Parts: sequence; C-alpha cells; structure tokens
Amino acid sequence: MSAHLPELVQPVIVGAGPAGIRAAQTLVVHGLRPVLIDEAARAGGQIYRRPPAHFERPAATLYGMEASRATSLHTAIDSLHGRIDYMSDSLVWNAQHGVLDVLHGKTNTAYSVPYRRLIVATGTTDRVLPVPGWTLPGVYTHGGAQVALKFQGCAIGDRVVFMGTGPLLYLVAYQYAKAGAEVVAVLDTARLADQIAAVPKLLTQPIVFAKGIYYVGWLRAHGVALHSGVRPVRIDGDTRVSAVTFHDGVRERTLVCDAVAFSYALRSETQLADLLGCRFAFAPMQRSHLPVRDATGRSSVDGVYLAGDGAGIMGADAAEWAGERAALALLADQGVTVDNARATELENKLAHLAPFREGLERAFPFPTDWAAHAPDDLVVCRCENITAGTLRDTVRETGADEMNRLKALSRIGMGRCQGRMCAIAATEILAYATGKSIEDSGRLRGQAPIKPIPMVLMRRPSRQHTEANL
Amino acid sequence: MKLLSTDVVIVGGGIVGSSAALALSHMGLAVALLERDLCGARSSGVNYGGVRRQGRPLSQLPLSQRAHAIWGRLGELIGTEAEYVRSGHFKVARSDQDMAALEAYRERTRDFDLGIELLSGEQLRAACAWLGGKAVGGSLCPEDGQANPRLVSPAFARAAQRAGAEIFERTPVDEVSHDGSTFTVRSGNALEVRAPVLLNCAGAWAGALAAQFGEAVPMQSGHPAMAVTEPVPHFMGWSLGVEGGGVYGRQVARGNLVLGGGAGFALDADRARSARNAIVTLTEQAVELLPMLRHAHIIRTWSGTEGYLPDREPVIGPSGTTPGLFHGFGFAGGGFQVGPAAGEVLAELAAKGRTDTPIDAFSIVRFRGETEVARHLPVEVSPPLPQPATESAIAN
Repeated sequence: MSAHLPELVQPVIVGAGPAGIRAAQTLVVHGLRPVLIDEAARAGGQIYRRPPAHFERPAATLYGMEASRATSLHTAIDSLHGRIDYMSDSLVWNAQHGVLDVLHGKTNTAYSVPYRRLIVATGTTDRVLPVPGWTLPGVYTHGGAQVALKFQGCAIGDRVVFMGTGPLLYLVAYQYAKAGAEVVAVLDTARLADQIAAVPKLLTQPIVFAKGIYYVGWLRAHGVALHSGVRPVRIDGDTRVSAVTFHDGVRERTLVCDAVAFSYALRSETQLADLLGCRFAFAPMQRSHLPVRDATGRSSVDGVYLAGDGAGIMGADAAEWAGERAALALLADQGVTVDNARATELENKLAHLAPFREGLERAFPFPTDWAAHAPDDLVVCRCENITAGTLRDTVRETGADEMNRLKALSRIGMGRCQGRMCAIAATEILAYATGKSIEDSGRLRGQAPIKPIPMVLMRRPSRQHTEANL
Repeated sequence: MKLLSTDVVIVGGGIVGSSAALALSHMGLAVALLERDLCGARSSGVNYGGVRRQGRPLSQLPLSQRAHAIWGRLGELIGTEAEYVRSGHFKVARSDQDMAALEAYRERTRDFDLGIELLSGEQLRAACAWLGGKAVGGSLCPEDGQANPRLVSPAFARAAQRAGAEIFERTPVDEVSHDGSTFTVRSGNALEVRAPVLLNCAGAWAGALAAQFGEAVPMQSGHPAMAVTEPVPHFMGWSLGVEGGGVYGRQVARGNLVLGGGAGFALDADRARSARNAIVTLTEQAVELLPMLRHAHIIRTWSGTEGYLPDREPVIGPSGTTPGLFHGFGFAGGGFQVGPAAGEVLAELAAKGRTDTPIDAFSIVRFRGETEVARHLPVEVSPPLPQPATESAIAN
C-alpha cells in the first residue's frame, strides 16, 4: 500500500500563466485535481494578465491581436473552477523535502503544500541592463509598462520613449499609441541589418512575423520616430524623467519625455527550479544558465517538470504547448494512460519553434558591448546601490572571477531582489573585467526566500485537501 | 604538473589556514596553501560574524585573548577593516537563573580581564527601549564585537599572498603522503607540493586527513541556520545573544539584521541550507527579542558546514602520530574570532615547535583510540548530534 501512498498527494503547479493553465487543464481532463499556485490576483500570467475583477474591459482592447488566445486561456482557467485547488496571491518562497512553503500575500498566511510531482511554470521578468538615470521615477521596463496598461488601464506617462530591444519593444509601443499615449520614439539597440538578417528564420512563423511587421508599420504610419542601432546614453531628470539621450551611431541626441520603458527582452525566473535541485546548464542563445529540461519537460529531478518561459524563453504559444506536454509527462510517470500522439505533436510543435526563437535573438540581439560602455558611476544593483565601478574595483583588488564571490565581496545581489534584477548586468561587468566568458562567470546560487517574506506570519497547517479558493 | 618545494604546506584556506599562511610568511618561511574552492568561502566566510570572547569556555580564553589583540590591528594586518567594530556583545538573561549563570561566568573569567559588566533589568530597559519584554538583565562585554566574515576571511588569504605565500585556489588535495621527513601533497595532475611541515586546516573536512595519519576523530558536520532581514533604521549596536541558547543577532552598518539560531540541513557533502523550521523559529524568537522587527522582511537565508567534536573544543596542535603534522580544525561554529590566533599558534608550532599560548585542551591525542565517524551526514537529514543550541557554541 505504501508504495501507492505518495500519489494521494495532489500534483502541484507553480505559476498560472499560459504554461500553468494548460498544465492544470490537462491534469483535470485526466481526472486529477491539481493545486495551482500563482503570485497574481487572477490567473493569466503576464502576457494574458487580467484586470481586477471589477475593472473589465474588452479583450480586444486589452490584448489586441492576442485577444482570442487570451480569451481561450481565460475560459480554460474559468472552466477549471471547483476542479482544482487554486491559490492566488500566493508566493512559493521555499522548497524543502517534498514540501513547498507558500505565503498568501493578502493575509500574510504561511501554508505548507506537499508535493510528489510538481510542474514549475514560473515565467519571466524583463531583462534589464542599466543606463545612467534608470532609477529615476518614470522609468519602467517594457513588461512593467504593459502591466500598468493591461491591469490598471494606466499609462506610465504622457510622452513615452520606448528603448532597449526585444519583441516587446514594438508591441508595447504600439499598445501605448493605440491607448492614446504619445509615443515619442522607439529606440532599438538592434541594427536594421540584424533584423533583415533574421528574416529567413522569422518567416518560419509567418503569422507571428507578420504581426511584428504590422506593429512596426503601424507605428511608422502614425508618425512615431523609429531609430535602430542606437546606444542608450542616459535618462535625464531631477525628481523624475525629463529626457532621454541616446547615440544614433553618428551623434548624441536628446528627446524630451516624461516616461521611459526600457529593457532587453526577457529573463527566466529560475529560483524555484534551483531550490528544487534541478541541474542547470549554460544556454548560449539566452546568455544565461538555465534549468535543464528534456523535450517532454522533465527536469533532472524526479517528479519535477519545467514548462514555459521559466526554463528558457520560448514565448506564450510555446508555453501553452510545454505546459500541456509537461502535464502529459507527469501523468505518464504516475501511470495514467495518455495520448502519445498528442504528446509527440506537442514536442514537434515546440521543436519547430526553435528556428523562430533563433531568429528573434538575431533580430533583437543582446547588446554584448553594454559592459564596455557602462560608466563607473552607473548603479548596477539598485537595492544596495552598487556601481559598475565598485564591481570593477572588487575584481581588480580581490581577483574575484565568479558571481557568488563577487556578491560576497561587493554586496551585489544581496538586497531585496537577491539578484533577480541585477545579476545579468553584474555578470556582464564581471566577465568583461576578467576576460572570462559569461558561462564561466557562473550564476548566483539560489537561496530561500525566493522573494522577501515577512518576519511575522500567520501559520496554517498543510493546505492539502482544504478549501478550493483562498 | 607544477612541482614545488616549500617550508610549510597548508591544506585549507579558511581563516585558520590563511592566517597561518600570513603569520608564517611574516616569519620569513616559504608557504604553499591549497584550497579546493575559494579562500574563505566556506564556514569562515558564511558564519554569523560575531567576534566574541564572552561565553567561551575558560580553556579557550587565552587563545581568544590573543585573537582579540590580533583583531585590534586587523586593518594593518590584512589591509581592510572588513566592517570590524568593537560594538560590544550582550547576552540577555530571561530569568534570575540566567542572570546567576552570567554572574558566575563573570566571576570565573575575572583573571582574563574581559571587562564584563552586568546590567540589571532596570538599567537594560533604560538603555535599550528596543529590547523585548522578557529580559531581566544581561551581561555586556564592551570590547567584543562583530565583523563581516565574507570580507575578513578572504582578506587574510590575500594578505598572506601579498606577504609571499603561494595560494592555490580551486586546487583540491587528492593525495597526501609522508616518507618520514617530507610530506607530498598532490592535486590531480596540476600541482605537487613537498614540505617537511603540513598544517591540516581543512575545517569540517579535516577528519579524513587526520584519519590517514592514524588519528581519527569523532567529528560531525553541523549546519547553523542563518537569515538576514532587509535594511531597517539603525537601533542596535551590540551583537546580541541569549543565555542558554536560542536566537542571536547583530545589525550591520547597512541596517540589515543578521540572525542565527537552530540548525540547517546538508544538501550534499559540501552544501547546506537553513531548514524551514529553523527559519520559522528564529524569526519568531527574533521578533520577541527585538519587537521592532515585526514589520521587517527576511530577504535571504543560508547555512554552512562546520566540524563539531563531542566536547565542542577544537583540535589545535601537533599530531600524536606524525612529526611535522599539525592540526587546526573542528571549531564547533566558534572559529571566526579565535581563527587568526589559531593560525598564529600553528605558525609558531610549525616554525619553532612550540607556542606560549596554552592549547593542551585542544590536543588531538584526547581522541586516541576513537574511530572516525561518518564525516558527512546523510543528505537531507538534519544532524542529530550537533544541534547548535547556544550562541556560544555556534556560528560565532
């Protein structure tokens, strides 16, 4: 009997974005009742984030061309009501010995959620490479600017400059312009040549590619200045943003604005996978160490599955497929009969996306010269106010050549964000200073809590078989 | 393969090995130090950061006093103050019984000139509005203090290097042999060092080397649970402990509270984490002791791997079996403050064969006839034996 006992523990899914929702749906279809834990107030993830319940606007307004996908996903999660245990506003902050530690943010209540099988669909945040002035009020990431619009119907400013690179750069600029904000300019660090060279691979997903072309064309047709091949120089302002200065390849130019959205595509949220003991490997295309998953979504740890952008950026469509595929893997491992043809179909879909992902990286390449141009007084770690110069001095004075060592000696990554925001930039500075590769510069070890937790918590026993909704 | 002949070879680049390397270099001896990871990256670099004499057993006080003098000239010695401050170390009494124990400790240690002052409950409430309700008094050692271990321990190694020691990091020792007069220490195909003197400063991993030379010790690994809060406005200068054990804490210059208490668990032979139950207990105890933390957040937890012998005393001194071999390990979480003195003592033993600092209580010979216990406890099992219970015993 005891050999079967563990399966009485519900499967757990962390993250209710496209991957987590499809995973939950798949498990329910096969007769299981998963626990779905999500940090947000409502399911949907970042891309299909839903406004507060009393705050409805039409899907077409909120999600544009993605409206049908958003609606499909929201319908899916709504249809699971009563058939899953859904924990919203809930942060998984630790994992130890088959139990997740969960903090329900609204009530400061701590829950223990046991798991035997766990799907990690933790998603992404924006990838940030600081520019002087980036800590001024009025500076947001692309994703942050989009969340303000989708969740609250707010713009980050009246006159907004979009800067950096990545697919979100043009999409969010378009969404802002459509919503009535003045988009002063789009400043892309990618060169036009990068985007042209990427066309063959991008054409492997012609519809997605066409959408990208549409956003750019729409912005151009509506008189928005589009500059490519720029180098951000600084964001000016006294108490908040007043202008952006960039180098256009020939000279420095300044644009007056009251808000800036800037980031460089996305980075995966890998801390939970790390605490779970998943093996990581360096992914050259994403320029970071990522938890390893096979085509099915199985990680290196028995019973832990990785789905969606949290284990490598593949986009929302891929996240849906990966979530479903990982759920099928979980079911198969649990001895449930699954549709193997469907599993193969999903794997093929995911595999066929690879050239498109390569195309996106080619079209919006990471600015590998960023560290060379970062001035010494540039704040890299905003929690601890650590500058690029301090990092360089630390390397020079101590010989630090690895991220955990640099952290120990400089405090980089020791603040509230624990390196989630600053580690990428710090790794660039470190690697440039030592001459070592990004891969050999290492990655910060995961440490609980994944995000800060209050000293004083209400405590509840195991959440297993408790109420369906919080 | 790099071949090296030297006067002294040191295994382990923690604060003990690194300070021994520094002292030997100052004496003009040639030193090679082999560290499998980075110097000061293990217990020496991730401990609580207490620099404390108060609460130590009398047997350790001569060594601890010697260390106190070394800490007093830290900047000159290693080129950085590393956030070292003589902030005072205060031990809270929560009962009359606790207070009596603290009084007795002061009496017992009078000869050592620790300058301990006892504070009554009234004095304490007048001086420390931030202290929680249950304190009935306590014991202050004003010249004890705290430092940043992340900075101190690596800096000892760098200072040794500047003084002429050869420091080999990321150089695990695979093989040690002795032909009666010379030790040969080999790291893969990269390095072979020969020396007439070998210092075993390998911390929680030192038992294997001792066992190889026929003097196994019953050492187990322990994993103190540690946590740190976000920065909060400065309110506490002292490093704070509680008589009889429990939570301990200090507020660093940046404003964060570094908190310890309870045990973590081993992930594998080399890595450890704070256990959830320990985090829960230590946050509850910390808020009770320091009520103004009730609105603060924990931003990080960690642990380390430290060697504990059954009597909670370290092993410092000559081998009982092998001439030229000296040990310095097993500090039971209390090695940070005494580490630099232990290093100097080992350097004296290596150079002159003797030291004026009393170390008889730390002789490895006290374990003669013991067999080695498992050096590493099973993965993901909290150690049953060295549950670090008191601040005086752990994560100094």
